[in-house]
Amino acid sequence: MSIETTSVTPPGGKSLLQRLPIVSHFNRSVGLQRGMLVAGLSLTAVFLLTAIFAPLLAPYGFAQISDSDGSFPAQQAPGGQHLLGTTVGGYDVLSRVIWGTQTAVMVIVVAVTMSIFLGVILGLVSGYIGGWVDRILVVIADAVYAFPSLLVAIVMAIVISGGQSKLWGGILAAAISITVVFIPQYFRVIRAETIRLKSEPFVESARVVGASSIRIMSRHIFKNATRTLPLIFTLNASEAILTLAGLGFLGFGIEPSNAAEWGFDLNKALADTTSGIWWTGLFPGLAIVLTVLGLTLVGESINDLNDPRLRGRKRAGGRRRMARAVPSTAKGTTEESTS
Amino acid sequence: MTSLIEAPPGSVDGPAPSTKKRSGGGLGRYILIRFFLIFPTIFILVTMVFFLMRITGDPITAALGGRLPPEQLAERITSAGYDRPIFVQYFEYLGQLATGNFGTTLSDNRQVTEVLTTYGAATLELSINALLVALAVGIPLGMIAAHRRDKAPDAVLRIFAILCYATPVFFAGLLLKLTFSVWLGWFPVAGRASTNTELALTGLQSPSGIYWLDALRSGNISALGDVISHAVLPAAALGLLTAGIFLRLVRTNVIGTLGRDYVEAGRSRGISEFRLVTKHAYKPALIPIITVMGLQIAVMLGGAVLTETTFEWKGLGFQLATYLTARDFVAVQGIVVLLAVIVALTNFIVDIIAALIDPRVRY
Repeated sequence: MSIETTSVTPPGGKSLLQRLPIVSHFNRSVGLQRGMLVAGLSLTAVFLLTAIFAPLLAPYGFAQISDSDGSFPAQQAPGGQHLLGTTVGGYDVLSRVIWGTQTAVMVIVVAVTMSIFLGVILGLVSGYIGGWVDRILVVIADAVYAFPSLLVAIVMAIVISGGQSKLWGGILAAAISITVVFIPQYFRVIRAETIRLKSEPFVESARVVGASSIRIMSRHIFKNATRTLPLIFTLNASEAILTLAGLGFLGFGIEPSNAAEWGFDLNKALADTTSGIWWTGLFPGLAIVLTVLGLTLVGESINDLNDPRLRGRKRAGGRRRMARAVPSTAKGTTEESTS
Repeated sequence: MTSLIEAPPGSVDGPAPSTKKRSGGGLGRYILIRFFLIFPTIFILVTMVFFLMRITGDPITAALGGRLPPEQLAERITSAGYDRPIFVQYFEYLGQLATGNFGTTLSDNRQVTEVLTTYGAATLELSINALLVALAVGIPLGMIAAHRRDKAPDAVLRIFAILCYATPVFFAGLLLKLTFSVWLGWFPVAGRASTNTELALTGLQSPSGIYWLDALRSGNISALGDVISHAVLPAAALGLLTAGIFLRLVRTNVIGTLGRDYVEAGRSRGISEFRLVTKHAYKPALIPIITVMGLQIAVMLGGAVLTETTFEWKGLGFQLATYLTARDFVAVQGIVVLLAVIVALTNFIVDIIAALIDPRVRY
């Protein structure tokens, strides 16, 4: 979260509270846009709170298949003791959905933190130093970026865990797989910004004063180049959940006895659908959709509000690409202006 | 990808008389340069996949470790050549790839190329169907959203677009299956065709493997109906994922062109709103759509893996998932490399199409 605070533009006489990213965005929004932002924030808040209070909220453990009254019935319809029913293995669906938020939060935090860390460092170095290092990194990043992200994640999952996973190993493996998918995005944005900033007068003067390259990169460029990160952060958080679910669905998730993971539960639920059992699949699926929806709404709103052309009713067309294209457009425009 | 190619800005605005000739040569050169850029992309992906998959060990131990006694395991590793230095294996692998040899699968002992040709058509069929759904849903709805901008329909459609993105394709598939095949019974639950149709279609002379095409060619109406009813749900699940992206893209681009002077001029001449949106504003908005369509191919291939697993659609993705479970990494590597080639080729084709439509792209 410390990254978000660095994104704040120099103070304009406002209090710190009003300059915080989300708060300032809220104050700038109107009408439908404010509605979208509020809806997104509420969904995200519910998601985070559920993850934090999962031990209190969940009626049973995620791997619990029996209590003092004996083992849970398999494939029981929602109602009674098990509000959302039980799965074929006797797991309580509600408990697994609630515990699943914890897994999701852990994976997002680890994955996005790691990819920001690596992506920013690589981007700064590549953009600032340039030359053949830069060229090689760009080609690799482009190749990875163009490739289906799920396949990259699968390959990484094989590399890290050989396809098997324990609790922390599983979460870490999923997180690292997702990290590799996202590094190119951060890399591209930061590199483009760095190239633009490199020729700014304040960097040149720092160099004249005798500041070292590392100091220029870490102090002068870093703070200015990371303005767009909160936006990519929210967009990537939602994509991280989808990738995690996809991995879990293909059997690269985390074993049910180690942690609850929505994608894995959906995979198991697939066989149930033919016999008309809907509750094992519907609820984990809805959890994914609502979480991604919340994060995407926040990201979209920030995106719109950051851009004066998109803010409010005065929205100019042609600039608002799909979410994934944000880094590439940023790269395209800045690169043209520098080369 | 187009931004990779830097050209001197001066070449764009040359003197008028020679411009025509030069822009023609420019296109040829552009295609050539762009074509040679395919190879580094493929090369990097192949190299990365190869070394990454080898970090964990050799494929034979991964697939059969624990099930064979150590001596037999070692024997098989030696006979397959996995005990040699990794760079020797790497260059051998590159050489094999260059001659079109993707290796032999470990779990069912088939040529990877054979697997690719057998199941590639099914994935192609699914992708085409899904793309059709995405275009049929995304483009008209995007035009409506642009036309009714900031009104209620626009808000609803934007939420719909985000929902399309937020729903994992396998969850959408599960819901569709539950609703339309289990409860309503309108469509079959899974598979590409019923057994009889499958037999009839594979028995054809030189089948293309794309079932509806084969059914059409043989004039088998009942088979065609069967194939289509099987195809609806998977295509809808995968198509809706992309439809949301197309919707947003069409919306923003049409909003952009709707504000132009020539549209206003058309309106003052009494051209109907419908025609203004669908013809005048839409056509110039097509270029970004085509570019993104290329990027979407990659997303779609990823989605196809999940869709095929959901609907037991026997394509490359389904096979990939099966081989992943069997831990047959030779097959996985082959399929991943093929997909890398497809992605690189589509990006190339999309860039060429974009250059043909819009001369500004090719500098």
